Amino acid sequence: MARAVTTNRKLINTLIAWAIGLLIFFPILWTILTSFKTEAQAISDPPVFLFFDWTLENYSIVQERSNYMRFLWNSIIIAGGSTVLGLIVAVPAAWSMAFVPSKRTKDILLWMLSTKMLPAVGVLYPIYLIFIELGILDTRAGLVIVLMLINLPIIVWMLYTYFKEIPGEILEAARMDGASLKDEILYVLTPMAVPGIASTLLLNFILAWNEAFWTLNLTAAKAAPLTAFIASYSSPEGLFYAKLSAASTMAIAPILVLGWFSQKQLVRGLTFGAVK
Amino acid sequence: MGRIQLKQVSKSFGKVEVIPPLDLEINDGEFVVFVGPSGCGKSTLLRLIAGLEDTTSGTIEIDGADATGLPPAKRGLAMVFQSYALYPHMTVRKNIAFPMKMAKMPQEEQDRRIAQAATALNLTDYLDRRPGQLSGGQRQRVAIGRAIVREPSAFLFDEPLSNLDAALRVGMRMEISELHKKLATTMIYVTHDQVEAMTMADKIVVLQAGVIEQVGSPLELYRTPRNRFVAGFIGSPKMNLMEGPEAANHGAHTIGIRPEHIDISKTEGAWKGTVGIAEHLGSDTFIHIHGIPGCDPLTVRAGGEFDVRHGDTVYLTPQLEHLHRFDAKGLRIQ
Repeated sequence: MARAVTTNRKLINTLIAWAIGLLIFFPILWTILTSFKTEAQAISDPPVFLFFDWTLENYSIVQERSNYMRFLWNSIIIAGGSTVLGLIVAVPAAWSMAFVPSKRTKDILLWMLSTKMLPAVGVLYPIYLIFIELGILDTRAGLVIVLMLINLPIIVWMLYTYFKEIPGEILEAARMDGASLKDEILYVLTPMAVPGIASTLLLNFILAWNEAFWTLNLTAAKAAPLTAFIASYSSPEGLFYAKLSAASTMAIAPILVLGWFSQKQLVRGLTFGAVK
Repeated sequence: MGRIQLKQVSKSFGKVEVIPPLDLEINDGEFVVFVGPSGCGKSTLLRLIAGLEDTTSGTIEIDGADATGLPPAKRGLAMVFQSYALYPHMTVRKNIAFPMKMAKMPQEEQDRRIAQAATALNLTDYLDRRPGQLSGGQRQRVAIGRAIVREPSAFLFDEPLSNLDAALRVGMRMEISELHKKLATTMIYVTHDQVEAMTMADKIVVLQAGVIEQVGSPLELYRTPRNRFVAGFIGSPKMNLMEGPEAANHGAHTIGIRPEHIDISKTEGAWKGTVGIAEHLGSDTFIHIHGIPGCDPLTVRAGGEFDVRHGDTVYLTPQLEHLHRFDAKGLRIQ
């Protein structure tokens, strides 16, 4: 018997879903609201929610004090670069694991994932030294490489699961039809995996955009992305919540917009393969 | 041209030998069917010829040239897969054009061949659709179209009809046979369905556990099966195999008699039995008979009008000229 869903129950479920959704979204909402308050209102007790004097002052001060566009540009290059580079490395890797697996393929996949379980700070020192040695400290190229490596296990895993869904017979058909390995990947595999590749791309762009540990530790002035931009408002002259909120809002706005427009793709990506 | 020779070809997956060394010769223009129960290695054999699997030992020659080490694309063969294996993101036109695009054929020539194949396969109205919008039979025709346009030296079919419903299967069977008559190109066809094998083949290769049990024309296999396995596999319903004193009377370990080679009567005959289940097909009646020593139940084909009920006593007389005799190893006694 199908489970009966009464109107009442539907209403309750909807309310619960909204409540949870709001709870998760609340910190972001609070940050955005605070960015429009004065410093005094930002720390007022009891806190004010909507009824305060809306002001854009914080934004103009933040913009005056630091060059937002430069940080934004660095973020785009670092997140975009590491994602694209990661895909170039991961597509052939995932291809070989999905279509010509060996006895050790599963082990390699697990081993790759296990690197994500290591606390990042554990390898900070060696990586820092390598960066000095190679002269790539505080460069965008250096960060692109590090973030690519950090996210590579996730990219390979995601692509691997997508590629697994593609029937091997289709690739064999391409081989029979005279396609070289390059043609096979370019004309058959990639177009069929586009939804998967797109959501992998998106998720990794977001991960790289939000990555703070490496970007904060390996940059100073030149290559600093938006994470460093936020961090710069958190301490030096005491806490200025309103300005910090304004900086945060400016930093998350682009990714929030991107996420909003691509949520359909993302959801499909995250649940793909769960049900046949 | 499409002469294919296998010389001492074998295939092992790790330590498991799926195909022990075998020899096989396929002549130009022949329609050869590999048939056998599932897991007998027939698909593997086809994939070895296609180049999708590497041989463990032995050589494969196509038109006299050694092709053992060649990649699939260089062998000049086209394959039709069980799952059709169409490119879902391309239109029918692009699917059919794909092998020609890979061969960098001039556009006018591509268009000409697409039009030709589409007409031959009734696909003209569907050229701009995607595979997802087609029925099973249409998809199968697209897969065949994709194979035809390359003008290969041989076609390989890997159980192409097993995903279609019964009525469509009969239709497609005829279409493929027609195609073979028209193109006169070598075709190798893998199936587990002995009816497909009997109706389409010039030459049937019966396989069991990677071993070729017999090679011959459909009627040769039907009339003179080389061993018990082939005797039981070819023919529908199956040949009745009988052991014991009745077989010894004929100087054999096992005797085989096909259902259509037994006369049935309600009054007199050599063997006496009781009717179990009778399958009335209209044109024929297949009757399963119990109580005959050495073979239970024994199947008999009677005329469509033959009226029997469960539990009736009937008498059977085998047509001795159609009796098959096998020794203790299961081999035919001449």
